[in-house]
Amino acid sequence: MTNRDRRNPQKIYLKVRADHLPDGRIVPLMFRAGEDETVRIDRILDVREAPSLKMGGQGTRYTCRVAGQEIYLFHDRDRWFLETQ
Amino acid sequence: MPRVLLHSDANSYYASVECLYTPALRGKPMAVCGSAEERHGIVLAKSEAAKARGVQTGMAIWQAKKACPGLICVPPDYELYLHFSAKLRRIYESYTPLVEPFGLDECWLDITQPGMRLAEGERVAQELRQRIRRELGLTVSIGVAENKVFAKLASDLRKPDAVTVISAENFRSVAWPLPARDLLYVGPRTAEKLAHAGIRTIGGLALADTGMLEYRLGKNGVMLQAFALGLDRSPVRAGDAREAFRSIGNSATPPRDIQTPQEARWMLHLLADSVCERLRALGLRAGQVSVSLRDGDLAGHSCQKILAHATHGTGQIAQAACKLLEERLLPLLPYRSMGLHCGGLKPENAPVQLDFWGEEAARAERLDRALDSLRYRFGPAAIRRASSLADTGLSRVELTGQRVHPAAFLREGCVRYDQP
Repeated sequence: MTNRDRRNPQKIYLKVRADHLPDGRIVPLMFRAGEDETVRIDRILDVREAPSLKMGGQGTRYTCRVAGQEIYLFHDRDRWFLETQ
Repeated sequence: MPRVLLHSDANSYYASVECLYTPALRGKPMAVCGSAEERHGIVLAKSEAAKARGVQTGMAIWQAKKACPGLICVPPDYELYLHFSAKLRRIYESYTPLVEPFGLDECWLDITQPGMRLAEGERVAQELRQRIRRELGLTVSIGVAENKVFAKLASDLRKPDAVTVISAENFRSVAWPLPARDLLYVGPRTAEKLAHAGIRTIGGLALADTGMLEYRLGKNGVMLQAFALGLDRSPVRAGDAREAFRSIGNSATPPRDIQTPQEARWMLHLLADSVCERLRALGLRAGQVSVSLRDGDLAGHSCQKILAHATHGTGQIAQAACKLLEERLLPLLPYRSMGLHCGGLKPENAPVQLDFWGEEAARAERLDRALDSLRYRFGPAAIRRASSLADTGLSRVELTGQRVHPAAFLREGCVRYDQP
């Protein structure tokens, strides 16, 4: 399966490492950005259901702090993608 | 106690979900269309921009492109639409357990609380509309009223992304001037009959002579007049998934026309296989079988038959369908498309009348279940009818799966109204 979305080639699905908590919540810890670059999530600032207006799609949106920047990480039907603000 | 009911309708549902997932389509004239190659090339849903240029649901793709040059057509993704339908449903259920679905994109909600007024219902509707937009990126039109019929009418009045109230105070000025055709369960045939009687608006229907309506339309005439007077008392029924099915069916348009009776029978067996598998999976038996078709001129025909015993057996359903075909439909060959639908659905654990051939029926049922389980484990092609191996040239037939028909509003014992 390709990592690029068939509807929007700009949207790339990511490999994510996450904790699955006993109450059902999922907490993403880090993701693979490029070939070898692993990005650690420093803090999760907000979690909510939201559409992704830039990339297209909808899912659980995690507002994360990564290296001093805020990013949106989306979890949509078992796949993860990034929307930079 | 006056009730507070909402009817929520997701605007241009399929098209909106496609635009949500494809930013490049937003604001452009686009339509979700069936496949032209497989010969079901019609518009299933269209965006607001396409609607403004005259594209209508049900148009052939070539007609739509003529009306709107540059129209972008995308194929449907039913799995995604079902996923969003479930998400909408979860949001509705966070307000009330009384949520009755009407198709994939419409629901009634009963949010009545002691002492609640419609104005409070309007506030909840506004909150719901904003929340769906914020969380799902979709727009809904919500109607607020004291009964289901007016709530549905109100949700159709202003689109997209709006809330409309029809109350006991304003229904004469808001609902009555509308065409009678806009009322739930006034279809084209009923509208025609009403027009013959000089009734063109909902108000005209409300004020017509009840005896005359009964004479022209039977019991339905009295019911529709009660609807027009705001006397519908039908409850919002929290439908479980099984109750939401009024009929289960499949239809298919093969790559070439069906020419011979043998091909038509083969097609019915193929359809019965798929329909009955779904009946069994949902734990339902059908009391009625209907066969529909389109002839070479695209005219639709259908006929139906009540079964002696409700069943979900592939053999029995296929046999009943073939009998209908032989008795009524063979002179209409060739067919462009065929469909098989099962109605009169009952839960399979409902009591059944046993007959002398019960043993044989039980064996057939075990066989069907064994086939289902093989297909579940190894895929649909794991076991097939020998007849399907014959090279009929129809083998590329793709069934339109997941044909979900809205829960009937007119279910037996479900509609209640006060006599006008």
